Amino acid sequence: MIKSEHLCKRYESLTAVDDVSFEVRPGEVLGFLGPNGAGKTTTMRMLAGFIAPTSGQASICGHDVEQDALAAKSCLGYLPEGAPAYGEMPVRRFLEFIADLRGLSGARRARLGYVIDRLQLEEVLGQTIDTLSKGFRRRVGLAQAIMHDPPVLLLDEPTDGLDPNQKHEVRTLINEMARDKIIVISTHILEEVDAVCTRVIIVARGRIVADDSPQGLAAQSRYHNAVSVRLERPEHLTAMRAAMAALPAVAEVEVSDRESRLTALPRRGSEILPAVSELAARRGFALKELHLESGRLDEVFRTITA
Amino acid sequence: MRNVAIIVRRELGSYFATPIAYIFIVIFLVLASWFTFYLGGFYERAQADLDPFFSFHPWLYLFLIPAISMRLWAEERKSGSIELLMTQPVTLWQAVAGKFIAAWIFAGIALALTFPLWITVNYLGSPDNGAILAAYVGSFLLAAGFLAVGSFMSALTRNQVVAFILGVVGCFVLLLAGYPMVIDAFHSWLPQTLVDAIASLSLLTHFDSIEKGVLDVRDLIYFAMLIAYFLIATAVVLDVRKAE
Repeated sequence: MIKSEHLCKRYESLTAVDDVSFEVRPGEVLGFLGPNGAGKTTTMRMLAGFIAPTSGQASICGHDVEQDALAAKSCLGYLPEGAPAYGEMPVRRFLEFIADLRGLSGARRARLGYVIDRLQLEEVLGQTIDTLSKGFRRRVGLAQAIMHDPPVLLLDEPTDGLDPNQKHEVRTLINEMARDKIIVISTHILEEVDAVCTRVIIVARGRIVADDSPQGLAAQSRYHNAVSVRLERPEHLTAMRAAMAALPAVAEVEVSDRESRLTALPRRGSEILPAVSELAARRGFALKELHLESGRLDEVFRTITA
Repeated sequence: MRNVAIIVRRELGSYFATPIAYIFIVIFLVLASWFTFYLGGFYERAQADLDPFFSFHPWLYLFLIPAISMRLWAEERKSGSIELLMTQPVTLWQAVAGKFIAAWIFAGIALALTFPLWITVNYLGSPDNGAILAAYVGSFLLAAGFLAVGSFMSALTRNQVVAFILGVVGCFVLLLAGYPMVIDAFHSWLPQTLVDAIASLSLLTHFDSIEKGVLDVRDLIYFAMLIAYFLIATAVVLDVRKAE
């Protein structure tokens, strides 16, 4: 379990992290979201025991990150922001160095081969880390973090700089590990939340401003249960818009002319999908597309952190 | 101890993974021989000892040792790898000691490669090999002292050039602490006891006595304390500034 109690980090003129408290339990994948400079990395660094909090406490698997630092670090796999490594070292030597520090000897040493295999690093084992592409560098960083099969993983922007295939690969890896581990990933890529997270914490200016499931957050969106339609015939657009706006449960209708798409936003708590589809049928407007939105995370994110 | 050994091995590997190690060793050997034969007048003195060799070591080390030590922490902080290292199950102490010992072993390898001079002097005459051994020990300790100072300076900054310059200045002040150019700066405004205390810190005085072949316990204690002091200072600075 990860436990953060009233964590604060103050620099001379700036409060980077302000009274951040949360708990994460096994099986949870927590997305740690926030605009740049919101305090995500600072919080991660305090949890990882790299910087000391000004006040408050944190513990990893019951070990206080300051009082019992080595035990806490042993339970923890950490990918720092930017995946730093020793650039002059070949990948194989670097991973062996990490395996040595993690005390992987005897039968547990097989883990080294597993990790190399899992992150598909065979082809670059002899290359120095400096010469690797951004994607491979990030994967070496991930390999380092999961080397000792830790119960807790802190990943600071794990998919930054990866191409869509590599992102998918990393998310699959995270989902595979999610069953029995505690995983915290910091990110500002919102699609990641849908892909891997079971819970989201949004921070802004050092404070937690939201702590919910992805579905719960999406439900806060104006677009939650909104219905968007595309018409076969663009000339029906104006008439359909007026008809949709006249429905009692519809709060507002947005038009995107480029795609001839209409989006009807419901009044809070109402369901408008049956009404909209019935309306289109009754008036004889052929629909190319009818789509129920679950809510837009990016809009919620902007509203909350603005 | 196991972690220290792992870090030492990684560090040493890194020295030899780049040309730095080879360039350093070649320059060290060329300069050491040049000082010995030209400035030291090795042949002209017609004495079977290595005094002309060892007496230039403080000056040689003054520039070469900070060149080794400058990267110790500045590079880790610049590249961010310090965050990786300090979030492994490793204490700050193990990291400070491991990196220092690796640098010291490296300096020792360079020093050991001067063995042809020892063979030469034994071929030419019959020197006091005990005194030569003592002088080698003294030179090795001097390198350690400078490395500890350099490690501290390297922890102060993310910039290796700054670390190098601070290292040279720091070593120079310690080297000449007993000499007028340093003492005069303190004479006018510090009480005599403190001035004397500063003077007694002089590296050169302690090195000279060992270099003459006298391994005095007081000199050994001096070096041990100097090294310990600057390594503790390194750890203290890193603890506060590692994330900056």
